[in-house]
Amino acid sequence: MDDDSLIDDGPPPGPDQRAERTLGALVCVVVGLVLAMFVFVFHEAWPSFAHNGLHWFGTGGSVDNQIDAIYTSGDNAARAIYTFHAWPLIWSTILITGGAAIVAFVCSLFVAVFIVEFAPDWLRAALQPVVRLLAMVPSVVYGLLGVVVLVPFINNDLISEHAKASVTPIITLDGYSLLAAVVILALMISPLMIAIFVNGLRAVPRGWLEGSLALGVNPWRTMWKVGVRTARPALIAGTVIATARGLGEAVMLEMISGSVGFAPNPADGLVFIYEPSRPLAAAIIANIDQLTSPPMRHTLYAMGAVLLFSAALLSFAGWAAKQPLIRYGLVS
Amino acid sequence: MSTTRAFAAASPPPAAGQRNESSASWRLIDRIGLAFAWFLGLLFCAVTAAMVLYLFVQGIKYLRPSMLVTNPKAGFNESHTGGFFDPLLDTVVISIMSMGLAIPIGIAIAVWLSEFGRPSALARVVESTIEMLAGTPSILLALFGTLLFEAPWLGFLSRTSGGVVFGRSFFAAAAMLALLALPLVVASVREGLQAIPSHVREASYAVGKTKSTTTRRVLLPAARPSVLTGSMLGLGRVIADTAIILLLLGNTLTNDGSGSIPILSMLRGTGSTLTSYIFYNAPTGDGDQPGKAYAAAFVLLLIVLALNVGVDLVGRRGKDLRWSS
Repeated sequence: MDDDSLIDDGPPPGPDQRAERTLGALVCVVVGLVLAMFVFVFHEAWPSFAHNGLHWFGTGGSVDNQIDAIYTSGDNAARAIYTFHAWPLIWSTILITGGAAIVAFVCSLFVAVFIVEFAPDWLRAALQPVVRLLAMVPSVVYGLLGVVVLVPFINNDLISEHAKASVTPIITLDGYSLLAAVVILALMISPLMIAIFVNGLRAVPRGWLEGSLALGVNPWRTMWKVGVRTARPALIAGTVIATARGLGEAVMLEMISGSVGFAPNPADGLVFIYEPSRPLAAAIIANIDQLTSPPMRHTLYAMGAVLLFSAALLSFAGWAAKQPLIRYGLVS
Repeated sequence: MSTTRAFAAASPPPAAGQRNESSASWRLIDRIGLAFAWFLGLLFCAVTAAMVLYLFVQGIKYLRPSMLVTNPKAGFNESHTGGFFDPLLDTVVISIMSMGLAIPIGIAIAVWLSEFGRPSALARVVESTIEMLAGTPSILLALFGTLLFEAPWLGFLSRTSGGVVFGRSFFAAAAMLALLALPLVVASVREGLQAIPSHVREASYAVGKTKSTTTRRVLLPAARPSVLTGSMLGLGRVIADTAIILLLLGNTLTNDGSGSIPILSMLRGTGSTLTSYIFYNAPTGDGDQPGKAYAAAFVLLLIVLALNVGVDLVGRRGKDLRWSS
């Protein structure tokens, strides 16, 4: 260490080494804490996975009834019940997060292209605070607005009586639906996407775009064929990071998704987007008071472990997708 | 990562001659595309304006000055449930506590990453860990915090009854919220430090300053706008979070202290913040007092708007200080 300090860092060692060690130790503590999170959560989740095996992710029975059974069995440690088939929750997570990611991706891409290249200055100046504000509004406020504005609107104006009647024996439609959840979640995660997309599009070398323009390609085509293609890593990174954020959104979805352990069935036709459900993160929030019952506690941590694993995977994918951009010095 | 950064970058001049060119000669599909982009851009503005206006109208309708100084009470209608003094106070307390943790630690990590960063394998691990922390759902941090603060050796930080540690206190919530804000602070400070050209460092070394003195006396003061921006973005996330508050602050209606030492007892006890207050009073929550939820959401929105303006001002001032090269 000392010999390369002769070349680039002039000052002699001493207080610097001390500072480096102190900071290094602190950094290691934070890294250790994050690793500990993985270990702790998976350790606490293990009994639930161990009892169910891969059936944990499968279908079978009503999730809500299973949760009740698990919770009440906590009184008697000898007869703890662990049977849990989380498919309806996982399916709901996939539908809501996936749907929101697709909607947000399309909207964000158009808005980002618009901001970078086509918006007049006054609109660009307005979109900047708008996007930042949308990113900073607390999720519980989105939830509140969804509950008092969007959900009644869907219930009164979008779902026909006929549609309600068609699924009556199975589930009641009251506006708390996939549609509401997807719309609000898309609104919540698109600012994050827009920010990363705009960064990526701005980093596209001007010369490449101008080359295309010089060939007589119109600016819109140029932006899509050259700009958007070059910024592809940023698009992937932004999508993945925003999806991870959507995956972990608990409070807003608890309020809007309807919070019943029901798997929306695409076979119902278009009505299916009006069906309520409950994603994993919302299920944790909804049953938070039941942490006192040991088997329920393990089950809740198992849901958390699945979320943590997926979110970590997504963040890692986003980080990996950004590497080419960083290597070529396009984005810091 | 941060929305500010995307826009703070000086916008490049638009490609030459485009502005005046009409899109009339384009293919139809291109014109439809451009129209769609216009539509979405305006839609975003309209939705935001509608949200803010709606909350302002409802907030002014339901907010009474007395709500700011009375405590919440359990009750069945709006006139009996009091105000939200404690949630407001707790929002402030918890913000100060968690930012007090997140800012120094975030600066330390950013300094280490940008100025030291050896061995490089560790630097890469730290980078990806911070990235992963940024993507970790707050509900997971809450679950982790529950496990951590229920450990017997951390029992002095929360209520203990008969050897069982309750694990819910201001300390627990603030620590986990600090982890939530940390990635934003690190990213912003690090970017600020990296924007400082190396000749500034070399000038300081040349007059015999050590690396740590240089960092303390030259680099960090120069990066102050980034530190401020990062802190405000982090604060925005801390104030906006609900999951950690629900789990780790206990979500009791009013502050419920533990112990007899005045301030410490409050910090070891449970409480609620504006976000959990809204969650409780929303039509889907247990309280179901929408008027109270609107009023609290209005106050929360005002705080967020103020932060937003703050980020904007600092960003603008930071631009003036930008190193010319």
